[in-house]
Amino acid sequence: MQYTILILVLPLLSFIFLGLMDSKFKPKTAGLIGTIVLGIITALSYYTAFEYFTMYKVEGVYQKVIPFEMEWLRFTDLLSIKLGILIDAISVMMLVVISTVSFMVNLYSLSYMDGEKGFQRYYAFLSLFTFSMLGLVVATNIFQMYIFWELVGVSSFLLIGFYYSKPSAVAAAKKAFIVTRFADMFFLIGILVLSFYTKTFDFGVLTGENPIVFAAGAGATFMGFSVLSWAMALIFIGGAGKSAMFPLQIWLPDAMEGPTPVSALIHAATMVVAGVFLVARLFPVYYFQTPEVLHGIAYVGAFTALFAAVIACVQTDIKRVLAFSTISQIAFMMVALGVSGYEGHEGTGYMASMFHLFTHAMFKALLFLGAGSVIHAVHSNEMKDMGGLRKYMPITNWTFLIACLAIAGIPPFSGFFSKDEILAASFEFSPLIGWLMTFIAALTAFYMFRLYYNIFWGKDYAVKAAAHGHGHDDHGHGHTPHESPFAMAFPLVFLAAVTCVAGFIPFGEFVSATGADYHIHIDMKVAITSVVVALISISVATIMYRKPSTTPDKLAASFSGLFKAASNRFYIDEVYLFITRKIVFNSISRPIAWFDRHVIDATMDGFANTTQWVSIRIKSFQSGQIQQYAYVFLFGTLLIAALILIF
Amino acid sequence: MNFLSIFVLIPVLMMVGLFASNNRKQLLTVMTIGASLLMIMSATLTYMYLTERAAGNVAEMLFMADTVWYAPFNIHYSVGVDGISVAMLILSSIIVFTGVFASWKIDPLPKEFFLWFSLLSIGVYGFFITTDLFTMFMYYEIALIPMYLLIGIWGTGRKEYSAMKLTLMLMGGSALLLVGILGIYFSSGATTMNLLEIAKLHNIPVEMQRYFFPLTFMGFGVLGALFPFHTWSPDGHASAPTAVSMLHAGVLMKLGGYGAFRVAMYLMPEAAHEMAWIFLILTGISVVYGAFGAIHQTDLKYINAYSSVSHCGLVLFAILMMNETATTGAIMQMLSHGLMTALFFALIGMIYGRTHTRDIRLMGGLMKVLPFLGVSYVIAGMASLGLPSLSGFVAEMTIFVGSFQHTDTFHRVLTITAVSSIVITAVYILKVVGKIIFGPIQDKHHEELTDAVWYERVAVSVLIVAIFAMGSAPFWISSMIGESVIPVIGQLIK
Repeated sequence: MQYTILILVLPLLSFIFLGLMDSKFKPKTAGLIGTIVLGIITALSYYTAFEYFTMYKVEGVYQKVIPFEMEWLRFTDLLSIKLGILIDAISVMMLVVISTVSFMVNLYSLSYMDGEKGFQRYYAFLSLFTFSMLGLVVATNIFQMYIFWELVGVSSFLLIGFYYSKPSAVAAAKKAFIVTRFADMFFLIGILVLSFYTKTFDFGVLTGENPIVFAAGAGATFMGFSVLSWAMALIFIGGAGKSAMFPLQIWLPDAMEGPTPVSALIHAATMVVAGVFLVARLFPVYYFQTPEVLHGIAYVGAFTALFAAVIACVQTDIKRVLAFSTISQIAFMMVALGVSGYEGHEGTGYMASMFHLFTHAMFKALLFLGAGSVIHAVHSNEMKDMGGLRKYMPITNWTFLIACLAIAGIPPFSGFFSKDEILAASFEFSPLIGWLMTFIAALTAFYMFRLYYNIFWGKDYAVKAAAHGHGHDDHGHGHTPHESPFAMAFPLVFLAAVTCVAGFIPFGEFVSATGADYHIHIDMKVAITSVVVALISISVATIMYRKPSTTPDKLAASFSGLFKAASNRFYIDEVYLFITRKIVFNSISRPIAWFDRHVIDATMDGFANTTQWVSIRIKSFQSGQIQQYAYVFLFGTLLIAALILIF
Repeated sequence: MNFLSIFVLIPVLMMVGLFASNNRKQLLTVMTIGASLLMIMSATLTYMYLTERAAGNVAEMLFMADTVWYAPFNIHYSVGVDGISVAMLILSSIIVFTGVFASWKIDPLPKEFFLWFSLLSIGVYGFFITTDLFTMFMYYEIALIPMYLLIGIWGTGRKEYSAMKLTLMLMGGSALLLVGILGIYFSSGATTMNLLEIAKLHNIPVEMQRYFFPLTFMGFGVLGALFPFHTWSPDGHASAPTAVSMLHAGVLMKLGGYGAFRVAMYLMPEAAHEMAWIFLILTGISVVYGAFGAIHQTDLKYINAYSSVSHCGLVLFAILMMNETATTGAIMQMLSHGLMTALFFALIGMIYGRTHTRDIRLMGGLMKVLPFLGVSYVIAGMASLGLPSLSGFVAEMTIFVGSFQHTDTFHRVLTITAVSSIVITAVYILKVVGKIIFGPIQDKHHEELTDAVWYERVAVSVLIVAIFAMGSAPFWISSMIGESVIPVIGQLIK
């Protein structure tokens, strides 16, 4: 499988090429180069998947293959960073997801970003992102993963801040980078601790059959937990930062400042699931060595899922609704991993998590691209500027509806199958988590249909625009919204098609914790409950939002406290602002700067001033006047003589 | 004559050439040729060095030569290089080369400026090739003195104050150093001041080491911006002209780390072991304190100077961990910091030359009008905050992993403290980038600015290429340094 190296090399070359040539190309040329390269990568990924799943099964278990590995930086005899490619079930699955979504986004952007300044730069950054993300998922060791982890972070920074002269975009980019960097610091410390005890970075060794490497760290404890638990918890914090788990979720909603296709690619389908992938990659370590951390992950996930779903119910910016929905859905995947066992039926959670990752990537990318299509048409992100768009944009309407049904968990769409497995796994772990997740699933159905109705139904767009009597005409966009061109519509249709059929993929036969076959069977009790609950939620949303009505406002008024808190995202951002502004800037940084100037430097200046002062004082001793010298000489002689006489 | 001495000879010839030149064009020709020759020389040396090593020469230093210089005190002119000095020579050549291009339009008195600039280079190159303590000290002084004039005459702002402050503090450091060096020589019982000989004898009594180790370490530490002797750095850099800032932060500060390692640690390992904890705490403070200090600054040069305190603190910090990996990381960090801080200062100089301000509150949206400088600034920032594929990452990771291998918990806890600097660095770097490079244009006058011209592009591109090269293919430089660190570490763990 030597050719897999091309999957990494091609996007890198494309980035370097487009980056250096920048404006020497016509925008269209740059876009086409980027898209064609992505097309090739997608084809290669599919071929890899095909070859892997047909040829690398030995005695019913999928093998790990390392077609390429080189030493990049040597630390000690035992520790060195290697760069390589690890092909196994989950990395192949991720290759397929990333390349597919990335290809669709590249294609979509040809039209969506048409005419934007910096179009070439945009494609260069997309290539950089694709390269980094692909490198992350095929990493053979945890340090390689960390390297690409940082690179996806910076690509995300560059793409969120694509409209760099817009202060809000710059602020969002900074926030995303610093928050995830803060989490990465814990990730790095976790790697340091883990490698100190295990003396390896290698995933193969860490997750291997015979985890003898953990013996050294087993006895050592720190504050009541084993050092291994600390290491794995710290590593999880890194994952939580990228995957926007509570309380590190604050950057993701702001990241929506980036161009919408970028949100679809990075902040919905690929980069934000890196944390889930990380936990899945290290799953055997979590499961066998530090089960308490794994359970912690389940609880963090469950709380985040609830928290984000509640907020999603009241947001009015359509991209933010989707952002919170993403947080909530990723949390579902985390929960699934957290509650999972390892072998056979016990491993449902693991399989379900990966399955949901796969289906979610497709339908969430679809939702974002659909939202982009809508934004493209009405030039606004706000729900109040939309309504009744189904008449003008039939393709977007239908594909969006399919995605909404999928995320709500209505069969036969893909989301139903994966979510059902997650719920089943949760119920097995604890009924409490199971019911909680079912409730969140209901919330999901509600807010998604609230979104759907607000965009495509409700009060007609034209009527609204006329009633507001402002905006669109002033900005020179005075036209009725119309369906997007082919380059934008095709990805929508393609992803919708995937969403319709993906649920029937026998996913368990490809991906499972052990690599052995896992037969999915739908737990009827759980399935029926969740579908019924979802249908009820959808009906409620239909009643409230299909036609213009006052019910939502009344509801908001009667729960005004909760409503206000949720609208303000429970003030978590304010807490962070307080910590950074008041504590870090004003209570640490400013005093240090003052201390440096007025204490340390003043001391140094003090030495100089003292020297100067002394020298001025004693300067008169060398006045050069003979009379004065003679006078002092005489006086001194007399004084000494007198002293001798006295004693 | 030994060919290593050519590194000193070239700047001497450059000075002769400068004396003979009459106009700016000739001056620049002399400087460009000289700097290019230095680049070629370092490339050749690297090639020869690696070939020799590959051929199985395991001597501690290669290309050694020795001449008695001042017989009464057994002062020799002795030279020799190992992987560490080769790395430093490469760094010096890159910085000198780009420094010339960055001071293309220096005014007034270009001739005098370049004369002092070349003299400074003599000191730097001499320091890195020599193995004799006294000669080393002499070159160290040669490198420091021109600084006073370069800042005092060609500087900006409170230049007299800054020049005086910088010179006095560094001179104070070298006074400690002189005592330390003489102490080493007299208590070692050696017949020469040759480093290798003293190390081989290895018989400085521990009670003497207790006096001379802190003196030597602090003496060099002042130049390496050791807390609390770092305050010359912000003022000095802020007032210095561009090329001088580049050379000073890029190379001169490395003399501190290099000396602390090569002289203090190597020759007095017992005291190093005993006292490392004190300096570890001080350097640990440097790392975090410098980074926090940088957040609050508003002058670009101050920000970069405090950032240097943090990054150079990491160099000394890693040296004190006394293991092979951390020390290799320290040398790599010197290289990496040299390159990126030179890039920073070059860019700041170019931005200042256009906007006439370094206050970040008065600038914004420069990317739109100065795309080349803007992109370069972002790259420099990314290198500084340790983005993989740029030099900062490999150096810092080697330091962190190496330091964390220490069996003692105290050292590991300190390492974790140092790791936190990666976040703080991100904060101040992004603050600056977000403010001056991105965002809307702040000042209407900035809309007419013109982007970098060819000589500026040369300086910036060379540095960026070097940063990328080191960051993407770190293996050869890491192994070259790693091999050379072993003798010193061997001395320390004996």
